[in-house]
This record gives sequence, C-alpha cells and structure tokens, in this order.
Amino acid sequence: MVEPILSVRGLTTHFFGVEGVTRAVDGVDLDVFEGRTLGIVGESGCGKSVTARSILRIVDRPGRIVSGQTMFRRAEGGPAIDLLQLSEAEMRQVRGREIGLVFQEPMASFSQHYTIGNQISEAVRLHMKLDKRAAHDRAIELLDMVGVPQPSRRVDEYPFQLSGGLRQRVMIAMALACDPRVVIADEPTTALDVTTQAQILDLLRDLQEKRGLAIILITHDMGVIAEMAHDVAVMYLGRAVETGTVKDMFAAPRHPYTRALLRSIPTVLAKPRTRLPTIAGSIPHPFDRPKGCPYHPRCAEIITGTCEAQEPPVTGAVGAQVRCFLHGGRA
Amino acid sequence: MFGMFRRKPAVNEAERHATATQLQLTWWRFRRHKLAMVSLVVVALFYLIAIGADFLATTDPHATDARTSYIAPQGIHWFDDDGSLRPHVYGIKGVRDLKTFKVVYTIDPSRKVYIEFFGRGYSYSFLGMETDRHLMVLKDPQRGEGIYLLGTDLLGRDLFSRLVVATRVSLTIGLIGVSLSLFLGVLLGGVSAVYGGIVDTVIQRAIEVIRSMPTIPLWLGLAAALPNDWSVMQVYFAITIIISLLAWTDLARVVRGKFLALREEDFVLAAELAGASQGRIIFHHMLPSFASHIIAAVSLALPAMIISETSLSFLGLGLRPPAISWGILLQDAQNIQTLALAPWLLVAAVPVILVILAFNFLGDGLRDAADPYG
Amino acid sequence: MIAFITRRLLLGLFTLFLISVLSFLIIQLPPGDFVDAYIAQLAASGSAVSAAEAEGLRQLYGLGQPFYVQYWKWISRILVGDFGESMEWRRPVTEVIGDRIWLTLLLSFAALVITWGLALPIGIFSAVRQYSFADYAFTLVGFIGIAVPNFLLALIVMYLAFRFFGASVGGLFSAEMALAPWSVEKVWDLIKHLPLPAIILALGGTAQLIRIMRANLLDELRRPYVVTARAKGLSERRTILKYPVRAALNPFASNIAYLFPYLVSGSIIVSIVLGLPTVGPLLVKALIAQDMFLAGTIVLLLGVMTVIGTFISDLVLMWVEPRLRHQMD
Repeated sequence: MVEPILSVRGLTTHFFGVEGVTRAVDGVDLDVFEGRTLGIVGESGCGKSVTARSILRIVDRPGRIVSGQTMFRRAEGGPAIDLLQLSEAEMRQVRGREIGLVFQEPMASFSQHYTIGNQISEAVRLHMKLDKRAAHDRAIELLDMVGVPQPSRRVDEYPFQLSGGLRQRVMIAMALACDPRVVIADEPTTALDVTTQAQILDLLRDLQEKRGLAIILITHDMGVIAEMAHDVAVMYLGRAVETGTVKDMFAAPRHPYTRALLRSIPTVLAKPRTRLPTIAGSIPHPFDRPKGCPYHPRCAEIITGTCEAQEPPVTGAVGAQVRCFLHGGRA
Repeated sequence: MFGMFRRKPAVNEAERHATATQLQLTWWRFRRHKLAMVSLVVVALFYLIAIGADFLATTDPHATDARTSYIAPQGIHWFDDDGSLRPHVYGIKGVRDLKTFKVVYTIDPSRKVYIEFFGRGYSYSFLGMETDRHLMVLKDPQRGEGIYLLGTDLLGRDLFSRLVVATRVSLTIGLIGVSLSLFLGVLLGGVSAVYGGIVDTVIQRAIEVIRSMPTIPLWLGLAAALPNDWSVMQVYFAITIIISLLAWTDLARVVRGKFLALREEDFVLAAELAGASQGRIIFHHMLPSFASHIIAAVSLALPAMIISETSLSFLGLGLRPPAISWGILLQDAQNIQTLALAPWLLVAAVPVILVILAFNFLGDGLRDAADPYG
Repeated sequence: MIAFITRRLLLGLFTLFLISVLSFLIIQLPPGDFVDAYIAQLAASGSAVSAAEAEGLRQLYGLGQPFYVQYWKWISRILVGDFGESMEWRRPVTEVIGDRIWLTLLLSFAALVITWGLALPIGIFSAVRQYSFADYAFTLVGFIGIAVPNFLLALIVMYLAFRFFGASVGGLFSAEMALAPWSVEKVWDLIKHLPLPAIILALGGTAQLIRIMRANLLDELRRPYVVTARAKGLSERRTILKYPVRAALNPFASNIAYLFPYLVSGSIIVSIVLGLPTVGPLLVKALIAQDMFLAGTIVLLLGVMTVIGTFISDLVLMWVEPRLRHQMD
C-alpha cells in the first residue's frame, strides 16, 4: 500500500460567531496520494473550502480548528508530521512551499496593485531564496509552463489586464511557484466558461502527470469530478458522507445523497421531456442542524425511527467510507 | 408509511430577519450600538432643551446689569440652616472699595434668596402663547440677584440662561442648513445619477471645484459682505444659506454613488421589466434602500453645520448680538486676559463638543446599521 | 494618464478663475464703496478728505464703473505682478502681506505632514489590533479631534497652558525674534514654536483620516487576496503591510486632496485665536474694513495655494493607483 502524502483525521473546524457556533467542518477523514487527484464535492456551504483552509491553517476569524490531525510527509523525508501541531513559523514554511493553494475567483484573489510577476516571484523569493533577477526569470518560466502566451511581456502586467482564463492560469502558476508536492484547487473552474474550464483541467492533469502532483480538487460540479478525480469525498454539512474511488462511486453510489447528486446530472440519455430529478428541500440553516442524521429531512431512503434520532456511524476504511444507516450502524 | 413529518414553521430568528423591511432591519441593527443609542437620547435631550429654552432660563438673557458683571458660578444651596429642604442662593451686596471708591458687588452669604419652582419671571412667547413661567425663579429678588448657575459675563448677564437660549439658535441653524443642503444634495446628486452624460459631468466637476476651494475665506468674505443694517433674522438666514451652498457636495456625492450602485441591482431591473414607471422605481423601490444612508449622512453633516456657524459667529462675522448663539457666547472668551478673569466663560464649549460628539456617534451608528458591509 | 493630468490641470485653472471672480465679487457686494468707509475712518481719526480727493481715489481704484471693468483692471494688474495698494495701510499689498503668506503655507504644510505621518500608522494599527486597548485609546483621541472644532481646541489649549504653566502660548515667534530680520536663530525659533499650532490644526483632519484608514483597512482585511498572500506563506506583518494597506491607501489618498483646503481654511481661524502672524487675522480685518485689494489678494493667494496643493495631491493619488495610470478609472 502506498502511503498517502497527506492524511487528515477527524478534522473539526467551528466558527464562533455572535449568533452561535457553526460547525463548518465536523470530523472529516481524508487521504491524499501523490499523482492522484482527490475530489471534494458538495453543495455550497457544506464545508469544502473551510476544509482546504483548515489544512493550511488559514481559517479566518471567528473560525478555529477545534481538533483533528493532518499528517503530512515532507519533501526531505522523515516521519509524517502533524501540521496542526506546528508553530506558526514552521507552518509558514509549509504554506506555498510544500502545499500550494489555487483560489476560486482570480480577480478577487489577486491584488490589483502589483504586477503578476511581482506576486508570483514573491513566493519564490521567500521560499527559495532567489534574488530578484532569478525570481523574475522563474516567474516567466512558470507562466510559460501554464500556457500563458508571451510570458516575458505578461509578467509585468497587472491582473486586471488579463482575461479570466489567463488569470486562472496565472493563479496556478503562482501556486506552483515553489514546486509544491500538493496543490489544493478550490473551485478553480467555477468562474470560467466551459471551454476555458476544459483547458484549465487539461493543464492541471498535465502538470500532475509530469510532476507527480497530489491534487485536492474542490468543486460542486460532478462532471468535473468525473473528468479529473481519481478519488472522491462527498461532503454534506461538514461531514464526508461518502468516500471512494471515482469508478466505484459512480458505478455504485452508496449514500442516498450521492445517489441523488448523480441522479440530478442532466444526461443525453434521459427520455425527452422528463423532469430533471432534484433533491428535495434545501440546505438547513447552520443554526438549525437537524437532529440525528443531518441529511434525513431530504433523504429519499430514510429509515424512520432511526435516522431522525441518531447520527449514523462511519463504516468502512478511510478512502472507502460511508455514513449511513443503510450500510451499517443500526443497533 | 407516513412519509416525512413536516416540521411546524417556527418563527425563529432567521425567519424574522428574512421578512423584516429594510427600515426595521436598520433599526434592529442600530439598537445594538449602545453608544449610538445613548447619543440619540443626548440629541433628543438637546432639542428638548432648545424647545423649552425660555422655560429653563432663569433670567432674561438680554438684560444687562453692570453690578453683576463677572460673577463666578453660584451653586444652589438646597438645605436651610434648620435642615429643611428650601433651595436658595446667596444675595448680592455692594461694597465700596476704599482704594478706588467704586462700588464693587459681591456675593453676600448672609442673605438668602429662595428659589421658587414654576414661578413667574420674565415673559416670553412659547408656541404663540405669552407666558412668564420658568422652571426656577427667585422669590422677591433684589436688583441684580439671580441664580447664576454658570456665572455671568462682562455685561452681567446670566450665562446659564444665555447658554440655554443659544442652544435653540445654534441647533436650529444646523437643522435648517442641513435641510437646505439635503435638498440641494439629493436633487443634484439624483439628477446627476439619473441623467448621466453631460449633466453628470458638469455637476461632478462643479462638486470638485467647490470641494477644492478654501471654504473659510469664502464664508468670511460672504458673511462680511452682508449689510450691517440687516436684522438679526435676515443675517441668520443669510448665514445659513451661505453655509449650505458650500456644504451640499458631500450629500450629493453620497446620493449619486448609492443611486448608481443601486441602478445595477437586479431588483431594479425586475421592477422595470414588470412595467413600473421611472418615478415609482425611484421612490418606491430604490429610495428605501438608501434612505438610511441619507439619514446617516445628514446626521454627520449636522455637526459640520454647527461648527460652521459657531466659527463664523465666534469671529464676529456670523450672527451678531443681540442674537445669542454658542459662537457669540464663545466670542466673549476670546482672549487670555478675559479667561484669566472669568474662566467660566468657556463653558459654552461644552455643549458644542457634546452635540458634535453625539451627532457623530449617532451618524456612525446609523451608517453601520444602514449597511454593515458598505 | 496624460488625460487625467490635463483634466485636473484645467479644472484647477478654472477653479482659480472662479475663486478670483468670487473673491472680487465678495468685496463688491456691500453697498457703498470703500472710499466711503475710508473717508469715515479718516474723519474718525481727525483728518478729512475733500470731495476732489475722494473723487481722485475713486478714479484710481476704478470705483463706480461696471463690475467687469473693475475686475479686469484688477486681474490684469495682478498678472504683471502688481497686486495693488492696501487702502487701509496705504502700502503695496505685497508689503502688507509680506511674510505672512509664507508662514500660512508653512503652517498648513506642517499640519499636512503631521496628519499624514500620524494618520497612516495609527489607522493601520487600529485596524489590525482592533478592540485592543490602544485601539480604544486612539479612538478616543480621534473623537476629541473630530468633536472639538480647531479654534475651540486652540482656545482650550491656550487657557490650559496659561492656567497650569503660566505660559502665554501663541505666536510663531518669541517676542524678541518677532520683528528681527531673518536669520538662523529666527528659523530655529520658528521651528520651536511651530509644533503646537500645527498639531492643533492637524488634529481634526488626522482624526478623520484615521477613521477612514481604519474603516477601509478593516474592509480590505476581509478580502480574498489577503488569504492568497497568507497561503503563500508570507508572515502576517508582510501580508498586511504589502497588500490590504496598499489597497486601503487609495481612498485614503483621495481624501488627502481635500485635506489641503481644509487645513488652509482652518489655519485662518486658529491663527486668529492664537494670534499667529499669518494671513488669517489680516484677512478678517481687511474684510471688515472692505479693503478691496488686500482682501481680494489674500483670498486669491489662498485659492492658489489650495489649488496647487490639491493638484499635487491628485498626482500622489495617481502614483498610488495603477489603475488610473492605465486609464482605467
């Protein structure tokens, strides 16, 4: 068995707001492997982004990582270390250098006051101790690698001078600047049109093959999962309700939520003029968490008496888990 | 199987929030700002004082008396010698100074003059009625005796009474001035935003030009240009108009900014598509959204108005005696020699500072409540 | 970029023109003309002016002719450097104003520097260390700055200094130096006296700018690009100083453009209270006496200073905002 490069166990992040506590991430287990992409999928508000930020420990106030473990194997070898136990200074060595983050809205995620060259080479100069000249050259190299045309000209331009697709490429270049082994991509294609989306995904796949990158791909689009991911985790209200390989999950989804998600993808094969199946109800308000299984109010396969009363336990090993009474845990 | 149980619609916090109107939301958010609430109370109190100024005054604010010049603040003595509750002040006696042979008037602790509540004092008109009742007056005072809570000025006038009456003048100038600025600001800002194009450019440039002019020299100039023979009221209104003419720019910018931002909102588009007229869209749909911003901007503009009037009057170029305003009261405190002799003259600074602080906190609170993210 | 500069320049010139017209108009508004006032003044001090002399005066100053003729006479003389004679002092206006205009400029500039120098770091600090004791302390001082109009502050400071230190605060020079010719000692004397009036003048504007900086920075601190910077591994201090501060600098800088007129205006009143030898007290006296050339010139000069100051601030704004440089405002 190959060792995962990143191993998350029981990650719990809560937001302590004035109105109450939001359990954004509520005990998540994940494994990420080199050369493979883990897709994290779920509706808005299920905690996908917070999970990514918790791994890097950049959760905004009033959020706080309450408990958990993120074991990470560093580049220089040695035993895996728990990222949550590192000091802030040590954590800064990991951020950007060993784990890179690609953000969702490249327009808002870049500063409009500095050139893209400046913003890319900043990480390079910080972590790789190159001088200005060398860092500048490396920035051009990176731009070329992600497919930005005329990189030596573009490097001195400002983010607002680029198109959306190009900005996203630059975002990827920035994340890869210091040659990290893990890249977390938070909805990298959501803000793009379909053609550009395909190009970006191709780019990511290409980079993964060439460098053996481990990618965590966060999205709400099952299609993207199908195309890019090797392993999948489906999240709902802060929990991973089902994990598994893409093949297994698409072929035989076990959790009712997964099943509902897959059912709701429009397909060419459906009979014309049939209604698109949707999931009943909507995401509950964070302060209004349902008792028992958080999904039960919307579940089409609910076991009355059990599902409203208790939370379903996790069954299966990490990487092939499911949280549902249908698959075990009934007393 | 019964299927899913429908949960009873609970009127919980989330729902209340979702169905409240903009104004209600603003008010709830505002209530959470303790400081702003306190300021609201303070402002209300000040305006109450302004309305009931003559009632609260103890002596005629215009009556001069050389004997009582520069008397230090006198406290009220609440208890009589025998311990009974009979508030009184001390009387005045004249003593001939043997060196200068002038009669000097000083406080005479041996003479008690009793205070009467709701008694009769100088007459004034209140809301059209003539009356002479005041909160506190002296019973059978001799000439020159009075309740000098804050002392007297050079001409022997009771500072407390003058202060209270000045409140009315200074606060109303602020109100009138702001109303004018509001009118101009909303009109020009709105026109600028609605018509766009050349009109917008011209108005914007005009705003920039006005903002970059040094206001005080211009005020001074305009105020000095007022004819000396104008009545107090005429000067009053002229000053107000002058100040407003230069102060509408901030409001216009706020109005224009909000208008332009709102125009892009989807709900405006929806109203247009539903066939609403321009007027209806503006007044029924858009106005409530930025009404709270306007209110906030207004309450931040008021202190500026008050400062303007106070500064002008202080320099002698605004309101002139016999009008009474905070600025005019402060004029008496202009030099060190006077202040050394009668430091209580500075007390007029206190309401100015309090009111400005109160309006600022109020405005801040309103602004935060109107748009916590903006 | 060029378009921006030219536009600001043209606007500045137009503003100047407007100010000159306004200042001239102001002087002309009161009924009766200067000569009447002058004659009255002379009569009060004992000397009389004959009718012929009065007429001669009127001709000299173009009084009695239509407004635009007088204005044109005035402006054309100014453009060749002749600012006219002060009717009250009977000396060239330039002589009467003399050093005062430079002192006004110096005071306003000193206040400007103090404002910038204080508002920026305190604003940043308050935003980053929100709710800390220092934040509250600064907020309090800030409120004093906003609530107390600068002339009132000057008055109170003057009184307190007198009461507790027996010192007579005020004036930009000590008594001996005031009338002495310029020398190194005099400059040093000036520098020693400058901080207090400059701080009094600057407090109001500083308080405003601190609030603006704090509010804007708090806004920017929540934005995604700050998270991006942190994710790259930058230290907290670097992250904040390089990114959100830079973004918050923009509205901060655009407010600075209007700081200068505010300071110049404010210096007038503060000067009057503190008895500083600047243009302020002179202006008030001139206005009351309807000394046309003197008052008009002072207002015009103040206007020039203000417009230039505003223009420079605009240049600073442009330097700070790359979007303007690339004509994307």
